[in-house]
Amino acid sequence: MPRGILLAPLWTWLLLLVAAPLLILVVMALATPADGVPPFMLGWRFAAFAMLVEDFYYADALVAALRLAATTAGLCLLIAYPMALGMAGVRPAWRLPMLALLMLPFWTGFLLRIGAWIGLLRDEGLINHLLRGLGITDAPLALLYTEGAMLVGMVHAYLPFAVLPIFTALIRLDPALLEAAADLGARPARVFFSVTLPLTLPAAAAGFLLVFIPAAGEFVIPELLGPPEAQVIGRVLWQEFFQNRDWPLAAALALALLALLILPIRWFQRLGAGA
Amino acid sequence: MLIATALEKRFGAVRALAGLDLAIKPGEFFALLGASGSGKSTLLRVLAGFDAPDAGTLRLDGQDLRPVPPWARPINMMFQSYALFPHMNVADNIAYGLKRAGVPVEERRNRIAAALELVGLQGLEARKPQQLSGGQKQRVALARSLVMRPRLLLLDEPMAALDAGLRERTGLELRALQRKTGAAFIMVTHDQQEALALADRIAVLEGGRVAQIGPPQEVYARPATRFVARFLGAANVLEGRMRNGVFESAEAGADIAMGLPTDTVAIALRAEQIRLASADEAPSVTGILEDAAFRGDDWLMVVRLPGGASLRVLHNAPPPAPGSAVSLTWEAGAVVPLFA
Repeated sequence: MPRGILLAPLWTWLLLLVAAPLLILVVMALATPADGVPPFMLGWRFAAFAMLVEDFYYADALVAALRLAATTAGLCLLIAYPMALGMAGVRPAWRLPMLALLMLPFWTGFLLRIGAWIGLLRDEGLINHLLRGLGITDAPLALLYTEGAMLVGMVHAYLPFAVLPIFTALIRLDPALLEAAADLGARPARVFFSVTLPLTLPAAAAGFLLVFIPAAGEFVIPELLGPPEAQVIGRVLWQEFFQNRDWPLAAALALALLALLILPIRWFQRLGAGA
Repeated sequence: MLIATALEKRFGAVRALAGLDLAIKPGEFFALLGASGSGKSTLLRVLAGFDAPDAGTLRLDGQDLRPVPPWARPINMMFQSYALFPHMNVADNIAYGLKRAGVPVEERRNRIAAALELVGLQGLEARKPQQLSGGQKQRVALARSLVMRPRLLLLDEPMAALDAGLRERTGLELRALQRKTGAAFIMVTHDQQEALALADRIAVLEGGRVAQIGPPQEVYARPATRFVARFLGAANVLEGRMRNGVFESAEAGADIAMGLPTDTVAIALRAEQIRLASADEAPSVTGILEDAAFRGDDWLMVVRLPGGASLRVLHNAPPPAPGSAVSLTWEAGAVVPLFA
């Protein structure tokens, strides 16, 4: 019984904020678009799903979103692992301040940070100003609204999510394992690749997913920093909901994204079971 | 074989090793005995190369070990937690060091099989460490170290993580393995029984240096200091001083012995060497029996002496009633003079 009471908030949360919205999405996806509020009529039709399959625009948007998410998560991992390694290597008394520094960007709003990147990258921005001032270029470089700007913004926003699990796994690693490897003749690089890395791989995978999943649905950063042709699923969703007001199609798109994201989660579960 | 002189190691304000000297002979089973904080684990880590000594020398067969990193030392260590690699099976754990040493596949396979046979774990090659019992893990850790054929094996509390019932048997097996492989073993332990039972020689550590070193029987029978006498178990220590050839102990309220060296500051007297005096004997000391407890083989009696100190006495017959006056005696040779 106390167990039931403890689990009640969790079930309430799941019911109200996961199951109910999901049900609404399914109902919406099966409805017919119409003028009015809300802009659909309940029904039982699969036209929205059919549209997703027929019009390659949506499939492309899904692929673009997954590619952006994978690139972001990959870059985050490449930066996060050495960062976590450095943070775990300091004296224990310094670990908490290090974590605080990692979390420092969250003290300002997300949009403000994107705004700061716009300020840095735009044609009249700080970087172009500096380049011209130093005589390196005469015409402003197109930095903003590029693939690069979008990736910089994505990595900046999501990096801490990749660092945290890896850092936690590294500080939990039994130092005796590393010493045992050294004792058996392994040099430091060998110790890292044969013991540290394999034992923290599940954490790295968790870091990858913690970035990949929200990044796949991201629309603000591609919208504000990315090129117009970066039609990722998040942007398309936004357009369908708020510009085209085709809620059934948008709902179907959201469900398709959700279904796709279950795959990497399953993969991670298998990895966790194997370790 | 291994010679350490004047080893120093500080951790902040703590002097973990304070001028420690030690010499290990080839092929001996050596036990480092000490309480926690005595420096025994630090010494082991210095020998393995995980901690660098602040001062002192460390030589293995004449070679200076200090500049040699852990991975290049011909010394292996068995960790208290065993430190088995959880992502590798038993065979891969044992193969780890052989791979680093560049041993060819065929020889590797033979040596792994031989090591598993040595510790009696044939057939468990494919198990992961998580699927092993505590005793099996300990054997894998042992096999992983021994497969490297070290001339010197360090064992950090090798039996501490085992059930009490398993410890005695494992200890004897450990000594049999040591004899078979001919490697010198240095075992760190806080369990004096274990050290006395298994080692060829023991060193009792106190405050980062060796308090006494020697064969177990000798150290047990002739402790040199109060600390060693107390640490090796159940010896009564009585403070006092020599005057006119007699050891006077105010604590005991009696003269204890004659003819001890003049710099004696205390004496040790083992509980099992004290007995009740018969009526026609002149007692060494008299006191009041405070308490008695049955221990299976014998009774433990606590006897309060006139000076206030109490003596632990082992007695192999039912003791007198508590509160009664008892006369105690012992052989002159049972009194061990202590000098520090």
